[in-house]
Amino acid sequence: MSELIFEKSVPGRRGYRLPAHDGPQRPLRDLLPAEHLRRQPPRLPEASELDVVRHYTRLSQRNFSVDTHFYPLGSCTMKYNPKLNDRIASWSRFADMHPLHPASCAQGLLRLLYELEQLLCEITGMHAFTLQPAAGAQGELTGLKMVRAYHRAKRQDRSTILIPDSAHGTNPASASLSGFQVMELKSNAHGLIDLAELRGRLSNDVAALMLTNPNTLGLFERDILAITALCHEHGALVYMDGANMNALLGLAKPGDMGVDLLQLNLHKTFSTPHGGGGPGAGPVGVSRSLEPFLPVPRVRKTGKRFVWDERGRRSIGRVHAFYGNVGVLVRAYIYIRTLGREGLERTGRAAILNANYLKARLADVFPVPFAGRCLHEFVVSLTPLKACGVTAWDVAKRLLDYGFYAPTVYFPLVVDEAFMIEPTETESRETLEAFANALRGIAQEARTNPELLRRAPHQLPVNRVDDVKAAREPNVRWTPSQVPVSNTSG
Amino acid sequence: MQIPPALRYTKTHEWIFPDEHEAMVGITAHAQEELRDVVYVELPPLGKQVNQGEPVAVVESVKAAFDIYAPVSGTIVKTNAAVTQSPQVVNKDCYGEGWLFAIQPSRPSEVNTLMTADAYTKLITSEQPS
Amino acid sequence: MDYTPHTDADIQDMLQTIGVGSPEDLLAEIPQEVRCRSLNVPAGLSETEVLTLCEQLAASNRSMHEFASFLGFGAAHHAIPTIVDALSARGEWLTPYTPYQAEASQGTLQMIYEFQTMICELMGMEVANASLYDGASALAEAATLALRVTGRRRLLIGETVHPHYRQVVSTYVSGFPCVVQELPAASGVADLEALSAALNDDVAAVILQQPNVFGCLEPMEQAVAAAHQVGALGVASVSPISLGLLQPPGAYGADIATAEGRSLGSPVAYGGPGLGLLTTTQALLRKIPGRIAGCTVDQSGRRSFTLTLQTREQHIRREKATSNVCTNEGWLCLRATIFLSFLGPEGFRELAQLNAQKAHELHSRLVELGFMKPLFDQPFFHEFAMRCLNDHTVEEINRKLLRQGLIGGLPIGRWYPHHPDASLWCATETIAQTDIDRLIDALKRL
Repeated sequence: MSELIFEKSVPGRRGYRLPAHDGPQRPLRDLLPAEHLRRQPPRLPEASELDVVRHYTRLSQRNFSVDTHFYPLGSCTMKYNPKLNDRIASWSRFADMHPLHPASCAQGLLRLLYELEQLLCEITGMHAFTLQPAAGAQGELTGLKMVRAYHRAKRQDRSTILIPDSAHGTNPASASLSGFQVMELKSNAHGLIDLAELRGRLSNDVAALMLTNPNTLGLFERDILAITALCHEHGALVYMDGANMNALLGLAKPGDMGVDLLQLNLHKTFSTPHGGGGPGAGPVGVSRSLEPFLPVPRVRKTGKRFVWDERGRRSIGRVHAFYGNVGVLVRAYIYIRTLGREGLERTGRAAILNANYLKARLADVFPVPFAGRCLHEFVVSLTPLKACGVTAWDVAKRLLDYGFYAPTVYFPLVVDEAFMIEPTETESRETLEAFANALRGIAQEARTNPELLRRAPHQLPVNRVDDVKAAREPNVRWTPSQVPVSNTSG
Repeated sequence: MQIPPALRYTKTHEWIFPDEHEAMVGITAHAQEELRDVVYVELPPLGKQVNQGEPVAVVESVKAAFDIYAPVSGTIVKTNAAVTQSPQVVNKDCYGEGWLFAIQPSRPSEVNTLMTADAYTKLITSEQPS
Repeated sequence: MDYTPHTDADIQDMLQTIGVGSPEDLLAEIPQEVRCRSLNVPAGLSETEVLTLCEQLAASNRSMHEFASFLGFGAAHHAIPTIVDALSARGEWLTPYTPYQAEASQGTLQMIYEFQTMICELMGMEVANASLYDGASALAEAATLALRVTGRRRLLIGETVHPHYRQVVSTYVSGFPCVVQELPAASGVADLEALSAALNDDVAAVILQQPNVFGCLEPMEQAVAAAHQVGALGVASVSPISLGLLQPPGAYGADIATAEGRSLGSPVAYGGPGLGLLTTTQALLRKIPGRIAGCTVDQSGRRSFTLTLQTREQHIRREKATSNVCTNEGWLCLRATIFLSFLGPEGFRELAQLNAQKAHELHSRLVELGFMKPLFDQPFFHEFAMRCLNDHTVEEINRKLLRQGLIGGLPIGRWYPHHPDASLWCATETIAQTDIDRLIDALKRL
């Protein structure tokens, strides 16, 4: 069934029909000069409507998704995405709006964006927000450009960002892209930032500390107030990667911890669908002293009207062609209004309850390298299975046979054979129980039949995919001369 | 594990064959095993001047990329096209056909700062997880 | 309301398994000093209440279905076939994440492979990635890519490139030791003599948009050839729909071609999400940012798909990655792939031709009015700039049109102060002849 849409193409077959031009016809040569005209049409598939519908319906069935499977991908917060939010976001008066529509025709949308900024400020304790960044990593970039602008405005040239060794890869990548040097902080024996190490690294060259709280081990930085105070003493800012904000909803506000900037991942914490990889949204919140550096434009309220304000003498500029991923922002707004204050807190608490429950159900089978009480996610190490010749990667593949998507594997880097598990609040106790039983069963299989794991998965449309071949002989687009690989055994 | 006595070694798991004109460089059997399937090798341009300890090449597996550091300072005088065409050669024969590049050393005494086979054996034994 | 499934009995049992007495014990690691003391968020709402709230918000918006809109500026309104909405709404497409576990993500991976192929075909380029955030950040990534691969420090960018795109490029490269130099355009397109004068062996790339922000067609072939003469890269930002008629970037030798791909089956949505398309020559494959799906085999030799060349990316290479990008716009890739499959080569060409027909009709009707004059005498695709020569300002005219349910051309004086009386007009397949008639009538009655 893995035939490509191109291989199903039949010359001359048509799907969509466009309306005829209802005005005076002009010959093509009167529209465009010949030297600008395309000489060969793109080789797109030629298919009927049913061909296309059947192809992409069947392809969809070769995916695991939150709607069909438990998806405990650590740090990605794969919670249920309410259908209501998708429905409303598709309304014509939200979806069919031009970004340069006169403000008088977009008051409802502008109000929604303005209120969303206010809600995010309240939830995080930050002073102001921009909704413009299109994803978490773009939020990080935006924040770090602001860090640079802030120090420049103070006539300081600080070139280093401190980043704990447990950080997401986007953190050092964003720091480099913003023109900073990265200095890694070693975690202490509890998996947390080591105050002594931090003190030793701080200098007048450090622009900011970039931390994640709770961190990627699911642990809350207990010394957070001392950490932010220490950074501020040295004139450094504190940037918080808010990817794990789900754990803190209604429970704690980064603004109260002394954080100067943070990005939120709305596709994680605020339940907008991940879409097979995106779109996301990565709004950035800042403290009062960083507000002048926010990207433009900003949405403002003047009297009862909402308008776009392009001014911003000290702004870092734009990071998006318009105002960010509005279609995603609409969903996040609806989610927050649906939950309300009680719902937000219940969500945070339930996320923590589920993670701790699952951890307790697995702790006797797999070591948890850092002992502290976890928040919304936890990391186990699969090193005990090494003795059977089984890796974390094999276990991940075998989990797919049991009908569970795999946790994040081999991350964070500070744990050997890491399995990073984030159940989220929307999963029931029965699902967690079934997942724990599957993992326990697999640990047993590793001892009795390790080959079964090394060759897993067995129940999926394809078995273990050859990543080595894919990287050695990159084939990243189809060409008509390509001979289809035999698919008979599927 | 094979650790030829005629070679010198770095802490970052490169080997070098000491030679005044063309000191060949590659990665050790230990590094090759850690990397597993090598899928891509990026080599420096010929004639490039390099300093000891500077990253000059990259060896990649599916899920990792390792910088290869110049064991000594000098000029890149040869590169091994075979490993860019078939990266698996690095896995098959890391001390032979799977060499990466050759340096003409500009400070020949630097080779004495590198480890002997015995010292390197001790290093990787101590790095093994208990 | 919320979406947690736990009953009180569940919570008690779970706490017991964990070995704590109360839910509060689970929060012991969060110091009291930073615990939330108040949360000033309105109380939660039921589904019915949410619908009412959103209907109220929507009530003060007017969509491009209600008002005929002549706005383009990189966000023109295009029709979306029903099957795009119907298929992409499936939870199996909407609710997975990045296909890290290939075997459980063959649907998304094959779709991305098909997407990459179709985008290469549209652009006439050899390699496409699995998308970036939007057209502006795709161009910014193209600029940093050019700086990285050439090791040079100067970017030449046409002043005829979308002003917001230029702003995003300069935000992105502000951390690099480089200079961004704008190329002048006297007659609505890049001035080739000024380009030659600006080129030297420190130029990493020449960046132009086709059609450019004024809707004019740039001399891409000459500009790219000039860039190549000094060893610089030729970078194009294009409009995908125009490629049904216009020369693709591969045909004029572009090394990197980017686009805003939202027009391929996704709603404008007030400017986002967009769909950043990035394509290159084969030579740049291992240097490009973002995810890439590749075709390979499984252990039984069956064709299968996986994310590949991941050592370029941030989760492996960290500070040495080709970019910090992680999330792509996967759901919009899907929509574009369905859209292009459904249109096919013939439908795609017809769509482009319909756009050009509508825009040329609009153009000649505006010119016939007498008080509107083309700002430039250049060929265009579906957008063009007009000067208004009567005593009304563009803003005044637009206010009057709005009262009649028409959204007039976009004044460009904000970005181009030397063109204070000019506005940009765009017509796509969504504009009916009756919309143009209504517009012309309204303008006559000013």
